[in-house]
Amino acid sequence: MEGERRVAMTPDSARQLQKLGHECYVEAGAGVPAGFTDDAYAEAGVTVVDGATALFEAVDAVAKVRPPTEAEIDMLRAGQTLISFFYPASNEDLMKRAADRGATVLAMDMVPRISRAQKMDALSSMANIAGYRAVLEAGNEFGRFFTGQVTAAGKVPPAKVLVVGAGVAGLAAIGAATSLGAITYAFDVRPEVAEQIESMGAEFVYLDFEEETQDGAATGGYAAPSSPEFREKQLEKFRELAPDVDIVITTALIPNRPAPVLWTKDMVEAMKPGSVIVDLAAERGGNCELTEKDARVVTDNDVTILGYTDLNSRMATQSSTLYATNVRHLVTDLTPEKDGAIVHDMEDDVIRGATIAHAGEVTFPPPPPKVQAIAAQPKKEKAKELTPEEKRAQEIAAFRKQTINQVALLGGGAVAVLAVGAVPGMPASFMQHFIVFVLAVFVGFQVIWNVAHSLHTPLMAVTNAISSIIILGALMQIGSGSFLVTILAAIAVFMAGINIFGGFLVTRRMLAMFQKS
Amino acid sequence: MENAFTIAAYVVAAVLFILSLGGLSGQESAKRAVWYGIVGMALAVVATLIGPGAGLWWLSLVLIAAGAAIGIQLAQRVQMTQMPELVAAMHSLVGLAAVFVGFNADFEINRVAGMDEAAIAALTGFADLVAKKTPVEITILQVELSLGIWIGAVTFTGSVIAYGKLAGRVDTAAKQLPGGHLLNAAAAAGSIAMLALYLGGAGSWTLFLMALLAFFIGYHLIMGIGGADMPVVVSMLNSYSGWAAAAIGFSLSNDLLIVVGALVGSSGAILSYIMCKAMNRSFISVILGGFGGPQGAQAAVEGEMVATGVDEVAQSLDEADSVVIVPGYGMAVAQAQNNVAELTRRLRAKGKEVRFAIHPVAGRLPGHMNVLLAEAKVPYDIVLEMDEINDDFPETDVVIVIGSNDIVNPAAQDDPNSPIAGMPVLEVWKAKQVFVSKRGQGTGYSGIENPLFFKENTRMFYGDAKKSLDDLLTRVS
Repeated sequence: MEGERRVAMTPDSARQLQKLGHECYVEAGAGVPAGFTDDAYAEAGVTVVDGATALFEAVDAVAKVRPPTEAEIDMLRAGQTLISFFYPASNEDLMKRAADRGATVLAMDMVPRISRAQKMDALSSMANIAGYRAVLEAGNEFGRFFTGQVTAAGKVPPAKVLVVGAGVAGLAAIGAATSLGAITYAFDVRPEVAEQIESMGAEFVYLDFEEETQDGAATGGYAAPSSPEFREKQLEKFRELAPDVDIVITTALIPNRPAPVLWTKDMVEAMKPGSVIVDLAAERGGNCELTEKDARVVTDNDVTILGYTDLNSRMATQSSTLYATNVRHLVTDLTPEKDGAIVHDMEDDVIRGATIAHAGEVTFPPPPPKVQAIAAQPKKEKAKELTPEEKRAQEIAAFRKQTINQVALLGGGAVAVLAVGAVPGMPASFMQHFIVFVLAVFVGFQVIWNVAHSLHTPLMAVTNAISSIIILGALMQIGSGSFLVTILAAIAVFMAGINIFGGFLVTRRMLAMFQKS
Repeated sequence: MENAFTIAAYVVAAVLFILSLGGLSGQESAKRAVWYGIVGMALAVVATLIGPGAGLWWLSLVLIAAGAAIGIQLAQRVQMTQMPELVAAMHSLVGLAAVFVGFNADFEINRVAGMDEAAIAALTGFADLVAKKTPVEITILQVELSLGIWIGAVTFTGSVIAYGKLAGRVDTAAKQLPGGHLLNAAAAAGSIAMLALYLGGAGSWTLFLMALLAFFIGYHLIMGIGGADMPVVVSMLNSYSGWAAAAIGFSLSNDLLIVVGALVGSSGAILSYIMCKAMNRSFISVILGGFGGPQGAQAAVEGEMVATGVDEVAQSLDEADSVVIVPGYGMAVAQAQNNVAELTRRLRAKGKEVRFAIHPVAGRLPGHMNVLLAEAKVPYDIVLEMDEINDDFPETDVVIVIGSNDIVNPAAQDDPNSPIAGMPVLEVWKAKQVFVSKRGQGTGYSGIENPLFFKENTRMFYGDAKKSLDDLLTRVS
């Protein structure tokens, strides 16, 4: 295709593909505009073939950038795989034709937007480049610095850039513009991207508008058409900004629809002479009323409007490496065994989503992916502000509950103790010990609650050491007349001895290490 | 308790022990507290030796000295990272000692029962005590010593298994014999039957059988508890060893044993309770279950783990103003605490705010991380608990997670089907950048996938924690 300088395979990606067991072929001269010579391909082990026809005959899978032409579709044979951008919604005839020939077609633009498929998301990698390039193109036309400077030759005001639509391209444009030093504003209909915009260093343009705001998650991260009232409000805001900004970069697209007109004729007229508009939506009719596809328009009041659609081709090397990597990742998923054989798993969400023709059938549109692309925004609940009375009531209730708990526990405990004492024939000597026991448990509970969390290990070591108090029992028995008793008691004394010294020493070692800064 | 001096000494010792535990409420007073414990123990032993335990005191001293030699050796040689094992191993000693003392009491009862008046008059020490008891008291005594033996036996095998799991000699996964809790219940029922027979005068063999059943329960109970619950298990066994001592104290009519046993028992119980609360699990389910299999479908984890290198970590640290380090068991295993401390010192010297976030169940023992960091001389006032630091993560530039996994797992909050759902976790993912130092891509101790590793602001810093930090230290001057 004329004007297309990108190529779907680079020598680097070819090396990776060969690791998957594939043999790689490239049409002679295909990579030259992107800076990859035929020699470089040959060096990477790629067979260079003359002419598209010969190439289509030689291979099982064809990867290209642009949607195929009718002639190319006719070159496909049954069972052959084609990987390229396709835009199936607007190319239904081509798709039908490919399906009739029995070929399998994977559209790079149909790769679902789920996290796992990010590495194959060619739309994003292309949009990223387009956004960056849009700023450079604008700078090329723009007669001033981006960054404000105070020089010996006078003060230079910073350029003001407005980015409309904060998708991948928009965010890339924001990044490029801010890093050049421009004051950057950005607008998007999805309020949840405000955070992303601000993270890139731009200021989010807020609309004062009360409406059920859009949840990008419902549409796979894309914007949906907005209501007429909302649009009106939005245009009003832009009208207000128009005289101020120097550069406008519009990237607003709604899937499968013509681009919304957001920058009207009167806004262009309101702009200062020398201002630049870059319309990344030119392919779909443009966000600006005056955009002409693939052309540079200069209005009467000297505003330049760029409607280029080949921004990616203008950075062919970069675009090609990224696109080739996306394709390579897709092929990796298609060859799970790494043996060079393509397995077309229609159960796989990603592959299923991208496939638009397979085994003689048109398989577009795909069913919705099983995994949602983006987690739905949790509905934000406002924390209820408590009035002082309510707070007080809560405190009283908590206190009452605590009291009831405590009284119940105490009562239960007392009843239990009394019950033990009331057992007929219970000797007083036992009760004495029992009372000591209960009191000790009680003291233990009181004391341990206060132990600092960080000292739990030393606490454990100390309690371990003092639990070897069992040695007393053994000591009392060791003097017994029975030989067996003496032996057992002796062993017990010995073991408890280990425990006493080991336990205390370890505790001391630990505690000695705690120190303040 | 024929000696008034002994009783007086016991009172003093009991007070010292209480002070010793109470002193652990602060870092400084804790150092004093250990001395209280040591003095209390010495006093108790000496008083017993010159009082009721007068027989064969030279042998007792020799044995204590021998035990001391081994104990001191152990305490000095043990690595701080092996603390959990050591504590578990020492619990088993107390458990076994309780079993022996309990059996001895039974033998004495039998011996005294067979004596005539003249022989009884000549008895000293414990046997004398037994001889003076009425039949009802003897029955109570028998109940008490059976309890002592039973709890002691459970503690013994339980501690041995816990030691094995902590030292990595026994598979840490939760394992149960076929029959599961039914087996435990059957063994417990068997023990009660044996107790009834024993009280009915069936003889010492019933006690032996009961001890064997208790050994089995201890083994089986702890085998069924997964590795992640080990902190609870260790403190629970600690509690058991205390109750065993208290039961023996009853049978020997020794108040000091009762007091200390009760102190240790209740302290272990509270510690277990605190641990369980930190993991949002009920005590019963820990004791009876261990980590069950996943309940319901867990949310699939989406995204990719992104690996990073030492340069990126060093650079991020260089740019950061506030850094939080989250250590876990992995740091203990790799012995990386000294490198962590060195990194902390260097970053602090550059004027950066460095803090540590400690989850209550990090490591294999309550407070495990605090001890390791203290060993490496990290000042304890920058080591914070979960509740103190959780709100600060959004303002933190860099979080370094070193060898911890479940305690930083966002699934606990996001995924109601996760086995750890509802457990309070450190919200590290709210920080601007998270580095996870980890040996490989495997899951943590509990075998749960961790969505944190797949988050956009998370970078995986693979490799042995110590080696990774060594490399990092060469870049951070």
